[in-house]
Amino acid sequence: MSGVLKADKTRMKQIPAEQQRPPLFAIALLSASALAYEVLLMRLFSIVQWHHFAYMVISLALLGYGASGTFLSLAQKWLLSRFSTAFCTNLGLFGITSVGCYLLAQQVPFNPETVLWDLREPLRLLFMYLLLAVPFFFAANAIGLVFIRFRMQIAPAYAADLLGAGLGSLCVIVLLLVALPLSALGTIGALGLSSLLVAVWQLHLARRALWNIVAISTALVLMLVVQQAELELSPYKSLSQTLRIDGTDIITEASSPLGLLTVVESATIPLRHAPGLSLMAQHEPPEQVAVFTDGAGMTVINDGKAAPAAYGYLDQLTWALPYHLFTPQQVLVLGAGGGTEVLQARQHGVPEVHAVELNPQLIELVRERYGDFSAQLYDQPGVHVHTVEARGFVASSEARYDLIQLPLLDSFATSSAGLYALNESYLYTVEALSTFLEQLTPNGYLTISRWINLPPRDTLKLFITAVTALEQAGISDPGSHLILIRGWQTSTLLIKNGVVTADDVEAVRQFATARAFDVGWFPGIRAEETNRYNLLNEAHFYNAARALLGPQRTQFLEQYKFNLTPASDDAPYFFQFFKWRTLLEILELRSRGGMPLLEWGYLVLVATLLQAVVASVVLILLPLIVLRRRTIKQRPTQQDAFRKRNILLYFTAIGLAFLFIEMAFIQRFILLLHHPLYATAVVLTGFLVFAGLGSAFARRLTQANQHSRGVWLAVLGIVSVSLLYLFTLGPLFEQLMAWPIWARIVATLVLIMPLAFSMGLPFPLALDRLGHDAPELIPWAWGVNGCASVISAVLATLLAIHFGFSTVILTALVFYLLAAISLPHVGMTKAEGLLTGNDGE
Amino acid sequence: MCTCSLVLATDTQDYAKQRSALIDGITNDVRATAFYLGRERLDPRVLEALGQVPRHEFVPWLERQRAYRNQPLPIGHGQTISQPYIVAIMTDLLDPEPGHRVLEVGTGSGYQAAVLAELVKQVYSIEIIEPLARAAGKRLQALGYDSVTTRIGDGYYGWPEHAPFDGIVVTAAASHVPPPLLAQLKPGGRMVIPVGSPFLTQQLVLIKKNKDGALITRQLLPVRFVPLTGEQN
Repeated sequence: MSGVLKADKTRMKQIPAEQQRPPLFAIALLSASALAYEVLLMRLFSIVQWHHFAYMVISLALLGYGASGTFLSLAQKWLLSRFSTAFCTNLGLFGITSVGCYLLAQQVPFNPETVLWDLREPLRLLFMYLLLAVPFFFAANAIGLVFIRFRMQIAPAYAADLLGAGLGSLCVIVLLLVALPLSALGTIGALGLSSLLVAVWQLHLARRALWNIVAISTALVLMLVVQQAELELSPYKSLSQTLRIDGTDIITEASSPLGLLTVVESATIPLRHAPGLSLMAQHEPPEQVAVFTDGAGMTVINDGKAAPAAYGYLDQLTWALPYHLFTPQQVLVLGAGGGTEVLQARQHGVPEVHAVELNPQLIELVRERYGDFSAQLYDQPGVHVHTVEARGFVASSEARYDLIQLPLLDSFATSSAGLYALNESYLYTVEALSTFLEQLTPNGYLTISRWINLPPRDTLKLFITAVTALEQAGISDPGSHLILIRGWQTSTLLIKNGVVTADDVEAVRQFATARAFDVGWFPGIRAEETNRYNLLNEAHFYNAARALLGPQRTQFLEQYKFNLTPASDDAPYFFQFFKWRTLLEILELRSRGGMPLLEWGYLVLVATLLQAVVASVVLILLPLIVLRRRTIKQRPTQQDAFRKRNILLYFTAIGLAFLFIEMAFIQRFILLLHHPLYATAVVLTGFLVFAGLGSAFARRLTQANQHSRGVWLAVLGIVSVSLLYLFTLGPLFEQLMAWPIWARIVATLVLIMPLAFSMGLPFPLALDRLGHDAPELIPWAWGVNGCASVISAVLATLLAIHFGFSTVILTALVFYLLAAISLPHVGMTKAEGLLTGNDGE
Repeated sequence: MCTCSLVLATDTQDYAKQRSALIDGITNDVRATAFYLGRERLDPRVLEALGQVPRHEFVPWLERQRAYRNQPLPIGHGQTISQPYIVAIMTDLLDPEPGHRVLEVGTGSGYQAAVLAELVKQVYSIEIIEPLARAAGKRLQALGYDSVTTRIGDGYYGWPEHAPFDGIVVTAAASHVPPPLLAQLKPGGRMVIPVGSPFLTQQLVLIKKNKDGALITRQLLPVRFVPLTGEQN
């Protein structure tokens, strides 16, 4: 955390008059670059790997900052004596490493699935983690140096830091709208180097010309390198795999904060994307163009002018079922992509089709570039396209639909490998299904399709989520509203806004038999009807459906190897199936094939947590412990230990609590801001700027010697606002979801403001206390806090996955209360504590 | 020079030893995963075939040390050579007979084709990635697998000139089972498709065509874990 008040009593060297003012613009630029880099890293990870790794990026940034704090506290005398050079060197190094470290890191062939047999894998992860922390180390060095050097004018420097950070975080959104991700990276590196140019100018450095030349030429080199570089997608991503085929080429790319779209055409071998196609299908799909989002999530644009027989495949998919139960008049497709479901609806004669697709560039592709190819699919009469996120659309729409389709997402491979365990999804939560159900006309259907993974998990979790949603809507017999069918690859669940009739059931039977699909559930289903075409050891789906609808539900969920607890908006991790209890069994079953029960994405999270602990202790705390011992004056060990313990408690508590709340907010606000990148950028901005303002305000309190009171007030503020939000944020989001993006961003910042402001107080207040009582322990406090923050970022995500955001926030509140209680004892020795009784003020 | 040939000689012996250790390992694994597979042991001919094929010739030079571990290995171009245990099961599922003609879609390294060639009369194998196809073709020729005919191309339409087939193995990833392949399967024939990501086969899908042409699928969950240390025991 920025905003340190360095109360070291070292005498400063005589400073020439010109250098009295801190290089504010340089600081602002550097701060902006560092934050932009942090947010951009998440975008890059989304593309190159399978997740944005927000928790890892935030953690490693804090590691860089923390390590810098330790470094500065140990080497500050040496650095201050050559301040200008040190400052500028760090700026330059930031610029270079921001690009260089990333390009190097993406060469690391990290593949989570080999984690269990290739011990190099965790090492690779660690290497990436440490490597990417390096630029933040340099950035924090530079900023830290300014804070130490210009102690007397820390306020403007601090303000420059925070404003820069806030702007940088937001500006990356704009940058991604105009530049491809790697170009954005180059721009950030160049920006870092431009801060060097500004610094050289502001600090009136000697040999200015040399510095300028170095800075400009390095910036040019970086831009050139970035031009030549390419994003190294994991070779196991579907885009990489598709490109292996001869004759496939990337036709065009389009980048936005929402994702990197890659359009792939195949000149020689057709794409033939038809997941879950019935074995009885006679024809292959028409010619298709593939569009990947971040190298995965393939959606296709179908040739709109092919022979009619080519469209027959649309009727041979499990999700063609609703069209055989009735003739819907309006269909809503949530997540239209390239328009396959829209096409399917048109093929079945639906007059009004509403396609909801979040990414405007994707819509534009179908409309403009592939307008002719798709026969103007999105512009046909009766087809309405909405460029908005699914939940947002539904929140603002009054209309009702006969059929709402949630198409199949992601790819089978990544889905089955559990790589999406970390991905938040606000589409598959109980609240989401409830909302969608409310948009159905009477006797309308909500259709959701999933890949079939064995042992069954997705489909079953979806089933119980639907059951829960129906029960919450007051339906006492949810089984009478549900239909489940499956092929060998995909399953489709139909949720009816009404009771499934005997006619419906007959239609389902005919549909399934003709296509060699199996039935999993409908009211009145008999065991003999299930598991006939796509044989499993037992009728898993039917048995599970029965159990989940019956009195044995709790027992079933309890005993099942996977976590099937429905996702909620409070814990929107639908793809998180892991149960720790199962781990023991998996390890035992190792020799008997237990591995499909593991979720690799989740294990990477756990591995990162362990790494964060090790790295932060080694890089932040250990040097302080080892090296400070040499410089510290001889003190009675007991008192020292007492002090240190209280510092440990206080600063760890607030370090954990701050990040817990921040991470919970990032995840929570994905629902409002519709995308992880927007959520991270805006929430980071909000917390940085407003916490910084809070820290600035703290100075007033320190001057009035109101430390303890200040902390209590702050904690009170945090607790009350947090509790308020816990109850009101849900309904509030529903109201705000339909607003335009800029309004939602402003609303987010407004919501964060009171909370972040209060959260900015505890750290500087305590640090100031320490400055009076035991200044030599300040680096220790700083280090402990840094360490806690690094771990906290990852830990918060882990806890959120298991217990939900509310629990994470409540835990943070408890930490803040603990901290407030322990503040008076921070800095005091045991003897002093006993003498004064309690409050040291 | 002298040491070199000595090394080579011991190498061959070494490989043979490793191969037999691999077979033992697979046998144990099959017994251990009997519940998932629905069978206690594999056809001994299949195991014998695996014992014959020099897997180390099918992996990149750098990976040779690990050629006989029971794990998948990268062979370049983002492709992998399947875990031997999986190859064994898949081969066994095809129920190969000496007079059979088998189609393979997705030659890859050629290892599966070689194993099949030890068991059936004729193997036809199609590979879409040209460099892989050429390398595998050459390799199979050099190793003396004359009953394997390879070609470069789109396996979606199978190999109509040589259809119908008693068995079809589809190792190339596809979003669905190609209807033309189903058409080229003989009544009574079997098709095997491993499903999942390159490094972790999640399921094996067995498609049987009955005498009357009806299709039934069976999903098996063998998914042998990959050993932590690569040891067979």
